[in-house]
Amino acid sequence: MQPSSSSAQAPSRANLAGWLYVSPLVLVLVPFFVAPILVVLAASFFATDGFGGLTPGFTLASYIEVLHSALTLKLYLATIKFTVLTWVFTLIIGFFVAYFLVFHVRNQLLAIGLFLLCTVPFWTSNIIRMISWIPLLGKEGLINQALLAMGVIHQPLEVLLFSDLAVVIAYVHQLTIFMIVPIFNSMARIDKKLIEAAIDAGASRFDIMRLIVVPMSKSGIALGTIFVVSIVMGDFFVVKVMSGGGSASVVSAFYEDVGVLQYPTAAASAVLLTLVLVAIVALILRTVDIRQEITR
Amino acid sequence: MSAVLADMPETAAPATTKAIAPSKGGRPWTFYVLATLFGLYVIALYGPMFCIYILSFQDIRGGLVFPMKGHSLHWFVDLFTQVRTGDVKGSFDRSIKLAVIVTIITVLVSFLAGLGFRKRFRGDTFVFYMMIGSLVAPGLVLGLGTGLLFQALGLNASWYTSALGAQLSWTLPFGVLVMFAVMSRFDHVWEEAAYDLGASRWQSIRLVMIPVLAPGLVAVALFGFTLSYDEFARSLQTAGSLNTLPLEIWSMTLNVTSPSLYALGTVTTIVSFIVIGASLGSIVLIQKKRGSQAKG
Repeated sequence: MQPSSSSAQAPSRANLAGWLYVSPLVLVLVPFFVAPILVVLAASFFATDGFGGLTPGFTLASYIEVLHSALTLKLYLATIKFTVLTWVFTLIIGFFVAYFLVFHVRNQLLAIGLFLLCTVPFWTSNIIRMISWIPLLGKEGLINQALLAMGVIHQPLEVLLFSDLAVVIAYVHQLTIFMIVPIFNSMARIDKKLIEAAIDAGASRFDIMRLIVVPMSKSGIALGTIFVVSIVMGDFFVVKVMSGGGSASVVSAFYEDVGVLQYPTAAASAVLLTLVLVAIVALILRTVDIRQEITR
Repeated sequence: MSAVLADMPETAAPATTKAIAPSKGGRPWTFYVLATLFGLYVIALYGPMFCIYILSFQDIRGGLVFPMKGHSLHWFVDLFTQVRTGDVKGSFDRSIKLAVIVTIITVLVSFLAGLGFRKRFRGDTFVFYMMIGSLVAPGLVLGLGTGLLFQALGLNASWYTSALGAQLSWTLPFGVLVMFAVMSRFDHVWEEAAYDLGASRWQSIRLVMIPVLAPGLVAVALFGFTLSYDEFARSLQTAGSLNTLPLEIWSMTLNVTSPSLYALGTVTTIVSFIVIGASLGSIVLIQKKRGSQAKG
């Protein structure tokens, strides 16, 4: 890099410095994000001998197979069902937990302490947190025991564990934090004077919520939605374990395909899923500039 | 997540502003409703986890559900000595080593990228969205792509090559996002002052930026370590023949039906808690030290 005092060269120097700083990041993301995606894309066009061997070539057979199977529709419907249910519950719980912490806890230190209390499980194992529902939801689990003892039911409920209900519970348990944090973040930036002014102008509590808090938390909601939707749609583990094998999602079917070495079909289905995911994320990003949100 | 955690100490400082308008004076009824919701959320968050910690201390008659059958450390001994539970010790060892390597790389690369993203440069948006893509892409698909890539290149997949890269594609976006939040609170003036006093670029980074940003860097390290230590989906196809701990837990959920599964959950959570406690503790310590220096 030549030291130069001419102002015309300043932008290119800034560009070079910028790229130098992010080059280590790019050097990791290219081989471990861009290249694998391209490999999967390529594999989706290859033919297979059925034993895991791939024949380089270009065929749309895998896509036709995936798009023609009735299973695909079923898998997508199941995935969308889980995604929507999880999104609704995490949004409601996340929004009100964040609202409580920002607007109702008067002591700031206490609010931060309670906030950290919510985030600690995020840094522990998801798998362990998921299996920890077994002693509660199981046929002989605590919930059934309690309901039996109270006489509410006479036979243990079997729908609690290894069912769609258990899948949604596990998702909500793991992912609500992804809603709380960004919503908390955007709510904390709302100027409290604005709310005082609204009260002085005669706004009701509901008006304040509807006209100030919700619109101003929109970016947090968008960010949380991206996290929750992309994680649920990309998950196979929770569906597999918590449904007891009874339900499947797009990625859990992908996992089974990989298990039996059906790479091209798996890859084709992965490419389709990625396209759907990109479309959803792009749609959300149109409503909010997350880069500006994060750096603000 | 990132933003709030990173600026936690900063928000604590100017917290001397007045209490929030709507909660002045008597508590409105919504406070009690939301406090109850918050309480229930925290119970649901921690309750199941504590159930399995308690159940892991049963004796040899122990099962997967309550009531407790005796108490002993039997299942912990079982975990590390029995062959049928797999190579817990080895995978534990590998996971810790891998997490340490991932943490170091994540802190360095995120810090540099954070410096780079402070100024606009040509192509910065591209790098940013590549990073977001790496964050939201389904982990299992990326893992498969990485695995196939290594296969195609004739390289052996192992935990310290392919799995390391696959995990970095997950921890780096988090690390950089945390750095964004941290950097947005860094006043440019301090750096300018350092330059005016004759500091070189390296001196200003080492003597001004790193000490000021230290709490944020600890937060990045916390993300790097815990996300790697618990990472599952991306490692599944990339770890090669030797398992990391989450992979070991995964195989245990499929074939071990004794409390040793819970014992493993207890052990890994203790490690997580130690790391979280140490990180948060050192952030508080740095802030305290800084506060007393500022006063003295």
